[in-house]
Amino acid sequence: MSIAVAKTYKLYVGGAFPRSESGRTYQVTDAGGSFMANAVQASRKDARDAVVAARKGFGSWSKATPYNRGQVIYRIAEMLQSRQPEFVELLITSRGVDRSEAAAETEAAIDRLVHYAGWTDKLTAVFGSANPVSAPYFNYSAPEPTGVVAIIAPTDAPLLGLVSVIAPVITGGNACVVIAAEADPCVAITFGEVLATSDMPAGVVNILTGSATEIAPHLAAHADVNAMDLTGADDELARQLEVAAAGTVKRVHRPKGRPDFRAAPGTIRLRSFLEIKTVWHPTGAPSLAGGSSY
Amino acid sequence: MSPSTESGSIDWEYAPAPESEAIGRVKDRYLPFIDGKFIEGGGDDLVTINPGRGEPLSTVSTVDEADLDTAVRAARRAYEGPWSKLSGAERGKYLFRIARGIAERSRELAVLESLDNGKPIKETRDFDVPTAAQHFFYHAGWADKLGHLGYGPDPRPLGVAGQVIPWNFPLLMAAWKIGPALAAGNTVVIKPAETTPLSALVLAEIIADADLPPGVVNVVTGAGDIGAALVGHPGLDKVAFTGSTAVGKQIQQTLAGTGRKLTLELGGKGANIVFADAAIDQAVEGIVNGIFFNSGQVCCAGSRLLVQEPIAEELITRLIERTETLRVGDPLDKNTDVGAINSRAQWNKITELTQAGIDEGAQVWRSSCPLPDKGFFVSPTIFTGATQTMRIAREEIFGPVLSVITFRTPEEALAKANNSPYGLSAGVWTEKGSRAMAMAARLQAGVIWDNTWNKFDPASPFGGYQESGFGREGGPAGLAAYLDTDDEAVIK
Repeated sequence: MSIAVAKTYKLYVGGAFPRSESGRTYQVTDAGGSFMANAVQASRKDARDAVVAARKGFGSWSKATPYNRGQVIYRIAEMLQSRQPEFVELLITSRGVDRSEAAAETEAAIDRLVHYAGWTDKLTAVFGSANPVSAPYFNYSAPEPTGVVAIIAPTDAPLLGLVSVIAPVITGGNACVVIAAEADPCVAITFGEVLATSDMPAGVVNILTGSATEIAPHLAAHADVNAMDLTGADDELARQLEVAAAGTVKRVHRPKGRPDFRAAPGTIRLRSFLEIKTVWHPTGAPSLAGGSSY
Repeated sequence: MSPSTESGSIDWEYAPAPESEAIGRVKDRYLPFIDGKFIEGGGDDLVTINPGRGEPLSTVSTVDEADLDTAVRAARRAYEGPWSKLSGAERGKYLFRIARGIAERSRELAVLESLDNGKPIKETRDFDVPTAAQHFFYHAGWADKLGHLGYGPDPRPLGVAGQVIPWNFPLLMAAWKIGPALAAGNTVVIKPAETTPLSALVLAEIIADADLPPGVVNVVTGAGDIGAALVGHPGLDKVAFTGSTAVGKQIQQTLAGTGRKLTLELGGKGANIVFADAAIDQAVEGIVNGIFFNSGQVCCAGSRLLVQEPIAEELITRLIERTETLRVGDPLDKNTDVGAINSRAQWNKITELTQAGIDEGAQVWRSSCPLPDKGFFVSPTIFTGATQTMRIAREEIFGPVLSVITFRTPEEALAKANNSPYGLSAGVWTEKGSRAMAMAARLQAGVIWDNTWNKFDPASPFGGYQESGFGREGGPAGLAAYLDTDDEAVIK
């Protein structure tokens, strides 16, 4: 009988899987309370490294065409589909759910990605506008990505919840730093492996494991983080993070209750991380060509 | 001294053309408007100053915290009572009435605004007042069409909105705030700025004359402490603020954890980028408009001029020649281009930052147009040789002070323009349409002006990136600020 090769779960930052610079780990237990794995206890420095990686990832991702972004997100769905059995086993082991529920959660996660893959090239048409101003200008408003988004992943849906918070953020062209649910780092980092094989530019999604209470305040105060999704934060942590986020006028999304990730997702998670840019461009009589701007 | 062509001795001396102050119908005393009535507030009276003369203009009764409670309760009653029972079409009719009311009293409002704020009558007459009326007219039409915005067939209002507005466009900012709030079905408690409360209180008269149900709009008066008490009031569902980034951050902190919806329209340091191929005469006009409109007391002012090196010398020469022709003086004079600074405090701030520019080594030029011997005036000022690290290139001066920086390549222009925590406005002057569009796509700002500046329209969303705030005002995007747009299902 051969001995199984157990996986070492590390962080997912800048397209690579580094250990914490702090060398810290914590033990993860399965649904029955037995040892399951050691996970990385990310530090403040790791969070800062992840922001640097995300800013770099944002540079290329935000300039990618909407069609390309859609294809990449669809590719994530493909990769998740091909590894679905692994996620089913992980969910059964870590959460103690039965096989049909684990299958349902993974299928819903795949469908969620397909849903968002189809959004990338429709955001401008749906959330932008051609504005009929009362002056000779072509005037339009179009959504653009906000930038780097720090996400506190939900704690009650290790895969579907994680996908449901990451997908809308990257669909809009943002990059993100995600703090995975502390109890479910194995699912999150395995999803990082899916991302790493999905043609996604390095740094667009970065996943930290460990304590949100410890790491998130550093992200909330970080001047190069533009927005926060507080879905996984409890009331006290959320309030504390909102106070810190105000220091650099970050956009903050906090759901009005516990999200039902099995339901149709709506568009609030897309809109919360988009900026509307309005452009005024002069129009005028064609006869005024030649040295005139008008 | 009338010009005479027959004698051959034409008098070219400047002849003032002042608008009559009496048209403003300034009263001795103004009262806050709460629950449909003008009432004596519990706070100390404030004296509002005419910045064009540096003299008292009128007295305003201010509210205390008990009055604020009364106003918020009145707004709640109005929201739960008559206002939410009205159809969108009927709400819209009230807004159309307000638009008409503003238009009917536009001459009076233009003079009053010029007296209280210090901006030139030609700006209040041709921009502030008509655009305020247009905002109500535009939003009136949305009231029965909210289902077309994309937030479901019947998007719901938020409830009671607390709104705090600045002194640079007192009436227009009131219109920007009240129009969309009411169109979406909310009720409001709004506080005009301490130094410019009068036009909002005349707007309250127009609203009263339009027979809006009591409590739908409440106008409370006072200084920053009342503003802070209003935005922190637990009876609100929504807070909207236009003003400084520093105060915006405090408000965002105050609202942390409350779940109340917040929109902020804050400061800026707009980059106005002129390429060598630009139509220079038009660029000069645009630069002048960008920084001297309303004496530069504009959040989206083009206060950083980035000029491509080959034309820098010529452009600066022509800009200075043009700026020298601007007439600075009596705000009520119909010839005045640049009026007064709104307050002594703002005058001090502009003066302090201008001195910092001189101390840090930038070359200063000031218009030689004589300034009135009374009132708060600042000569149009242009700094050349400014660098990115100087305070005059980084901080919002909010005055008629332009900092000129040069660049060589488009990439350098973008890097310099985007190197700011702000992100409200930016502009590009070039005859090449594709370059204008490419620059517009990469400038990190909420409003981009190609070959123009300081254009506004109620149909056009306005608002910032980064520390210039979040949320939009105007256009379809602006309605979202006053509707419950959270469409995510939650587990009960």
